[in-house]
Parts: sequence; structure tokens; C-alpha cells
Amino acid sequence: MVATIYDTPDAALDGIEDGVRIMFGGFVTSGSPGNLIRALCRRGTKQITGIANNIGFGDVLDELCEGGQLRGMIATFAIRASSTQTSRFEVQYRRGDVALELVPQGTFVERIRAGGAGLGGVLTRTGLGTPVAEGKRTLDVEGVTYLLETPLHADVAFLRAHRADRLGNLEYRGAQRNFNMMMATAADLVIAEVDEIVEAGAIDPERVGTPAVFVDRVVRCDPVVVRR
Amino acid sequence: MASTPAGLTRELLALRVAHELRPGMVVNLGIGLPTLVPSHLPEDHGLLFQSENGILGIGGIVEDADFDPDFINAGGQPVSVIPGASFFDSSISFGMIRGGHVDVAVLGGLQVASNGDLANWSIPERGGGAIGGAMDLARGASRLIIAMEHVTREGSSRLMERCTFPLTAQACVNLVVTNLAVIAVEPGGFVLREVAPGVTVEQVVAATAAPLAVPPGVREMVL
Repeated sequence: MVATIYDTPDAALDGIEDGVRIMFGGFVTSGSPGNLIRALCRRGTKQITGIANNIGFGDVLDELCEGGQLRGMIATFAIRASSTQTSRFEVQYRRGDVALELVPQGTFVERIRAGGAGLGGVLTRTGLGTPVAEGKRTLDVEGVTYLLETPLHADVAFLRAHRADRLGNLEYRGAQRNFNMMMATAADLVIAEVDEIVEAGAIDPERVGTPAVFVDRVVRCDPVVVRR
Repeated sequence: MASTPAGLTRELLALRVAHELRPGMVVNLGIGLPTLVPSHLPEDHGLLFQSENGILGIGGIVEDADFDPDFINAGGQPVSVIPGASFFDSSISFGMIRGGHVDVAVLGGLQVASNGDLANWSIPERGGGAIGGAMDLARGASRLIIAMEHVTREGSSRLMERCTFPLTAQACVNLVVTNLAVIAVEPGGFVLREVAPGVTVEQVVAATAAPLAVPPGVREMVL
């Protein structure tokens, strides 16, 4: 199916409702869909469950807390162990306004991969003997004990890439790939913001990071750059 | 432990860690103190720095004026990449880490136990935490070096018999480099290898809240 091209990030969010579960690509500043996140702030959607690597580390995502739009986060980085800086997310977490599930980063991306690839979960040794393992099943495979981690799926994924073609193929630059590539596979509605939209064929097939089949909506906008 | 000496500065601690790295190694540096390590390496260090946000072959930290949001390390700092660098997604990145393809990880620490347990992602009274790549790196790196201050600001030892903070991983630490000493984690527990200039063996023992074996020939760090 051909991706739909939208003129503005606000228009690209058409149909997103309260209670939505959204994956946000990006690792701090790289590959972060800042325009779509700010459009979500303007839209005022409430009771959002966010799935993102980080929140409150100089990222745009923390702005969702200003309007109390988050119900909770599944993240790897949320509250720095030894820092005096306090994010909006941290303030709301301490008040009990938002929930937080912390996931080791490697497990986080593999759970998303499982969610997008039709797999029933991931077996990993990461997290064994730590609070991450509490309440989870373990399995022994060939004499090694693993933790069973379940798939992650979302209603919507927001991505940031360098270029898209009119079919929805995405090309990344630098360290933009991070979680964007797997999140593209693991949500019902996938919206990508890019620097440039080009004709089909303008992106060398060898350079396609996310094949068009995964991408539903595309919007062109300059990246939001947040200085830390 | 009011008598704990200051020992090394953070920069000298990073320099001592740099001496552990050899050409050809693939190295991941954690956030904080470990990011100071590259500035103490010779230009032809021959190392390949892996950053879990999806870069193999990070060069150095670059000036803010050249900030490009898509060229950063795992700490969010702007970086350059070396000729021969590669970019990849987080799934490949953590496959590299869990799959044993990273030779050395240097991470910060809050507590290290004499059985090699590490705690470095959460302080219970603060709640929440930042796991990031630490749990995968602690389990997956072939060798784990912890770079940290020997004692807390309040003066209590970060080296102890059992961690009291939530664990990052069990029995994962190989070497601890602090402002006071270099300490190996062996099957029998902590073994003192080196002391910082101006620091005595007795001071290190006093600042360590676990048995510390002192073999003959403990030497002063060469910096």
C-alpha cells in the first residue's frame, strides 16, 4: 500500500484518540520525532501510554508531561540515579501521576522486534537476579537459564528518518536507526517525519532502512533540535 | 572514614582506565566518568568504540557548535566517527553486546560487591532509575571494568560484601578502578592490585567495606 503524505504533523495525527498506546522512536536527540510529539501536545490527547527509550533527558517527549497527557511510560531511561536535574516526568512520577515500567535497553528493542515479527517473546539472560526479573517466568535451554520477556506492540508509532519516498520507504542517516527500525514493524499505524520526500526510486533500494510496507503516513518537517 | 584520602582526580582515574585498553579491542564506554577515557588515549590507539545507540567506530566528542542531532554517543554528546565506522539499529547493537562481540565495557558504579555483583542504575530512596544499556553490557561484555569513586560523598564505601542497591547484574565485574586503587574481583573476592600515588594500602583497606586481599608486591599506579 502507498503511504499517505500529510502537509503538517498535526494533520498526520488524524484519528488518534485518548488512551492510545504510542511508540516513539529516537535515542535522546537522534532519530527523534519531535514534530509529531509537539503536534501530539497541541492535540491534547490524554491517557497516553508511551513506549520510548528515554524521557526527561533533554528530549521533546518530556513536554507531554506539561499537559498531563501521559498515563505511563515503558522506557529504559527515565530517572537518572545520580543527578540533581529533575524532569517534568520525574516530578509526575514522584507524585504518582504516571506509571513507569523500566526495561533494559537490549530487552526493550527485542520485545518490540518480537511484537512486530509475530514472535511470542524473547529469552534473555539480561535482568536475571535483578528487580527486572520479578514476576517473570524463566526457562532452561540447553542448561542455561533465561528470562522470558513478552512482545511489545502499540496502536501507533512515531518515527524520524532522513528521507521517505512516496511509497513510504525510509532512509536513515547517522545514528537515526536506533529504535525506529523495529518500532516501524510493531504498531498498527506508523507515522514518519522526514527531512525530505522524494519520488519512488530516488532512494537506492540498497539504502532503504525501513521498507514501505511498514509505513502508513509521512510528513516532511525540519528536525526539532533541543539543546541539552 | 573521615581519613579517606582524595586520591586521583576524575581525569587521572580515566587515564588509569585507559591503560587497561589494548589495540584491536572493541570497547563500550558508559555514561559519566567512562566518557573521559578517550581523551587519555594516544591518537593511534587502535580501539573500536561501540556506542549502544548504534555506532561502531566513534571518534571523539566534538564541539557544540558542530552539533548534529544524529551523530551522538549514548550519553547524548555530539561525536565524530572514524573512517570505517558503521551505523546500525538497536537490535543489532544489543546483539553485538549480548552476543559477546564487545571485548570491554567500562561503566560507572554505585556499589560493587566482592562476589562481582554490580549496582549502578537506581538509588532506592530516589526511586525509578535509568537502566539504559547497563544490564545488557554488564552481562554481555567479555570484560567489565567499573570506574567509580571509592567512597560516597558521605564517606561510606562503594565496595562492599553485598550490594544494598538494586542489582544491575550478578557476578559480572572483573576490575574496579577507583580514585584510591585498582582492585580485581577474583573467585575469592576483592584483591588489591595497585594503590594511587600518595595513598597507602592501609587507607584502601580502611575505605573498603569487604575483605580485601593484599598480595605481596602491590604497586603504586603508573599514570
